[in-house]
Amino acid sequence: MAAPERVFTKRPQIMIKREWINAWLLLMPALLLLFGFTHLPAVQTVLDSFWSTPRGQRPAVFLGLDNYERMLSDAVFIKAMINNAIYAAITIPASIALALSMALFVSRKILGQGLLRMAYFTPTVLPLIAVANIWLFFYLPGFGLFDQIRGLFGLSPVNWVGQPSTALYAITAVTVWNQAGFFMIFFLAALQTIPQSLREAAALEGASSWVFFWRVTWPLIMPTTLFVSVNATINAFRMVDHVFVMTQGGPNNASILLLYYIYDQGFRFWDTSYAATLTVVMVVILAVVGIGQFFLLDRRVHYR
Amino acid sequence: MKQILKSSSLCGAMLALSMSTALAVDLELYFPVAVGGDAANIIQEMTEQYMAENADVEINAIYTGSYADTTTRAITAARGGNPPHLAILSAVDVFMLQDEGLVEAWDSYLTKDELETWVGGFYDAFRANTYKVGKTWGIPFQRSTPVMYYNKDAFKAAGLDPEAPPSNWEELIEAGKKLTVRDDSDNVTQWGVRIPSSGFPYWPFQALAIANGAELMNEEGTETYFDQPAVIEALEFFVDLSKKHEIMAPGIVDWGATPRAFLDGETAMAITTTGNLTNIRTNATFDLGVAMLPKNKQYGVATGGGDFFLFKGHDEESTRAAIDFVKWATAPEQAATWSIATGYVAPRPDIWETEKMKEYVREAPGALVARNQLEHAVAEFSTYENARVRQILNDAIAAAIVGEKSAEQALKDAQSEADAVLKLYRQ
Repeated sequence: MAAPERVFTKRPQIMIKREWINAWLLLMPALLLLFGFTHLPAVQTVLDSFWSTPRGQRPAVFLGLDNYERMLSDAVFIKAMINNAIYAAITIPASIALALSMALFVSRKILGQGLLRMAYFTPTVLPLIAVANIWLFFYLPGFGLFDQIRGLFGLSPVNWVGQPSTALYAITAVTVWNQAGFFMIFFLAALQTIPQSLREAAALEGASSWVFFWRVTWPLIMPTTLFVSVNATINAFRMVDHVFVMTQGGPNNASILLLYYIYDQGFRFWDTSYAATLTVVMVVILAVVGIGQFFLLDRRVHYR
Repeated sequence: MKQILKSSSLCGAMLALSMSTALAVDLELYFPVAVGGDAANIIQEMTEQYMAENADVEINAIYTGSYADTTTRAITAARGGNPPHLAILSAVDVFMLQDEGLVEAWDSYLTKDELETWVGGFYDAFRANTYKVGKTWGIPFQRSTPVMYYNKDAFKAAGLDPEAPPSNWEELIEAGKKLTVRDDSDNVTQWGVRIPSSGFPYWPFQALAIANGAELMNEEGTETYFDQPAVIEALEFFVDLSKKHEIMAPGIVDWGATPRAFLDGETAMAITTTGNLTNIRTNATFDLGVAMLPKNKQYGVATGGGDFFLFKGHDEESTRAAIDFVKWATAPEQAATWSIATGYVAPRPDIWETEKMKEYVREAPGALVARNQLEHAVAEFSTYENARVRQILNDAIAAAIVGEKSAEQALKDAQSEADAVLKLYRQ
């Protein structure tokens, strides 16, 4: 009785082993790249944040939490955090709202639909650096586009990127303009998946288009909205290319964002360990927000 | 196909070399492009010409972005054990490069005669940044100073003598007031003067401070003098140009848009780098004037731009080959071509004596202004942890310009922040 059992159990075990080896072998290249370029640097960053920056003749010394203490008393870091919060609080809802309205507008059958869709998508195709240079000329005090329009109404010129009260918002507007077209594509795809029969049924019931949007469209595209909002959140910490071109974080750090500050510390001041400390903070924020969005919102997202 | 051609020509070259018993030297040169124009192509042409004349040397000139990008790349490469032989880097990075132990002084490779005639032949103002503790750390190459461009037609329209641009601060304010034009609804259509303040306001500000008889730092790069009365006065003057005298646009004024603002007649005078001379000269639709920066207690500007730096970690033979290339590139003929094509100030008196240069000066007398101004020029602001200390100063200037702090408060804060950073280097 024991013998046949052994035969039967042994064979599948070998099979399982072989499958495992095959699976690991297939996964290996991707895993190596992932560990080498994502996980190791992440761990290294955390370790670096506990040490001082080695300079020339002075090797790194262990500091413990000194870098974190320094960060909390660093006025520019606080400023960058506040700015980034404002930046996120505007760019995320504004890009989603703009993207959705553009998608709703071009999803209907209208004259020049293709042309319009392309026009809305164009800003996304342009590199952010090029976009920033174009907008810099829009913003030029006196003879830029905005001030020329203001001039028609007899309004005085405004130095949009050159004064602390507007610099951050000037940058924020460029981000919204740049990414809304990209998000529109996702909404457009989501809108195509809404069955025509629902629209017909709603029409029979005499629902207004606002009620239809609010009660049918909005719940059905919720998964897309979640996806887009996660992307917009990441972008709010990631998209800083235009800051380099437009304000360099100025005037007097009025438009500094966290990632820009990390670059400054890491690659302009060469204070790599402090940059590592700031990076840890940013990764933690992103992880918390990302996980929060998926786990908390996910339950209420899928319409059943 | 290109690869095959390249490698076959390389094989051919190596064969030829092995027959002539000379050994080929491979050199790497990192270079940035900071101003517009054709600088990248010109450097490529220069290296190709040099290789054609010196068959045993192969130079790989690598364009590495802006000054900051080039520094980043050179440091990263050196830390990875693969430093370039040469890099053109911002002269103000000298303390950082020394501190990181990446570059070496040129002196030990040069004879006494070479030190006197070649290294000693550069203008003192251009050597000032990289001649430290009795040693030469950089060879001036793409160097500039700020100059004042002005619109002679606008001067005539305002009833000013176009051949007598303002030469001191009082005249600057007086002329600026006449040149500032407002329309019926009191909006300005032409400003008197434009001094850019985005990105690196410390540079034009340093010129103002020097003109006011002040120094911003010591030669060792360990002290700053931001809170000295003469420095505070200079910043007050900078702020007052728009706040009190209303002859300059308020807020932060952009660097990149400055040539265009001047060419479009948005401002009658503009202070910006000589690096823009070629662009402004060829595109001006009005009669262009170029002048030295106005003085207050004295004339004065800071130099700017990049030097050749020699990286550690190579054998003597290739280091010597790299030095030979730099000697060739800074020789009068080559340097004249470079200066004319880019607008950079030729860094040696003997370059100005070449026929090419003399002809260029006849065509563009503005170029001469930058040279004459060199007599009053000093080292660009540079300390240990240069980028960080400079950012402290930049923030202080911006805070004063936008009115977040008084000039005095901003500079006092900046001084104590700079002290905190530099304390470490004062032992």
